[in-house]
Amino acid sequence: MAFLPFLEWLESTSGSIAIRESILFYPLVETTHVLTLCLFLGLTALWDLRLLGLAMRRVPVSEVGGRLLPWAVAGFALMVVSGGLLFYSGPLRAAQNIFFQVKMVMIVLACLNALVFHKTVYRRVEVWDREAVIPLQARAAGFLSLVLWAGVVVAGRMQAYNWFD
Amino acid sequence: MSLLSFFEWCEDTAVGHAIRDSLWLFPVIESVHLLALALIGGAILLVDLRLLGLGLRSQPVAQLARDAQPWLIGGLVVMLSTGVLLFLSESIKCYYSPPFWNKMTFLLLALLFTSTVRRKVAAASETSMRPLWGKLVALVSLALWFGVGFSGRWIAFY
Repeated sequence: MAFLPFLEWLESTSGSIAIRESILFYPLVETTHVLTLCLFLGLTALWDLRLLGLAMRRVPVSEVGGRLLPWAVAGFALMVVSGGLLFYSGPLRAAQNIFFQVKMVMIVLACLNALVFHKTVYRRVEVWDREAVIPLQARAAGFLSLVLWAGVVVAGRMQAYNWFD
Repeated sequence: MSLLSFFEWCEDTAVGHAIRDSLWLFPVIESVHLLALALIGGAILLVDLRLLGLGLRSQPVAQLARDAQPWLIGGLVVMLSTGVLLFLSESIKCYYSPPFWNKMTFLLLALLFTSTVRRKVAAASETSMRPLWGKLVALVSLALWFGVGFSGRWIAFY
């Protein structure tokens, strides 16, 4: 497999070594990664709760989506950049860690869930924007999003352990 | 009883021992601590962004503050209870950790500020208050909570 040699090469680059051995930069990147949870997951969770009819019920769904999602997306971008740097600092250990693998699968599933939601039921949001009862498909998407992203956080924290390596 | 002996007593509690003796309890409790962090962060940002004239800016601040309140309080309850558990499992390490004391200072200030000044400003009607005050309150709030989170993460490093 060409993947492993690629990771070995990546781990041997000077950038990877520099981050790994830095006293300040690595913890700063990791702190950014953790605190960005507030921006990304905090606002995503409020959005999911709105879809479940549990938060901000008086605010139209499209307004919450239009006004809060750009911030959540910015948070996601920061998450990807800081996470990418963390991965770059130790790609071999990360890629072979079961929690990391589970985390990546759950991120893909959560993104697919968001994609399907936006391409289908959210296209017709003007129909149910202010309805007391939100379409089941939208509620299901909100619920799935909460569960998947919570799983991503737990798996991400567990990544510090190599119990199954 | 000195402060250090109190911390030693905390570390010696049955709960402290149980968490230290378990392989998975600490990371699981910490995961819940992180999930509550996201929730608190979202509830704080919802109102502070609005005070800054961003986010849901066509909604009244007072209304958003009421919307955020149950999630903020729920998040804080989970945060504080998991935080106490984590503390009991490594009290003596915390005693000698500068970031821990920074975090406690920021936490005290953030809780005080949020439950007094910020609460009053967010509940005031928009016309009775200059928007500059709202922005200032939002910036102080964000800075204090950032201080809590930032120094919290650094307990692991120092």
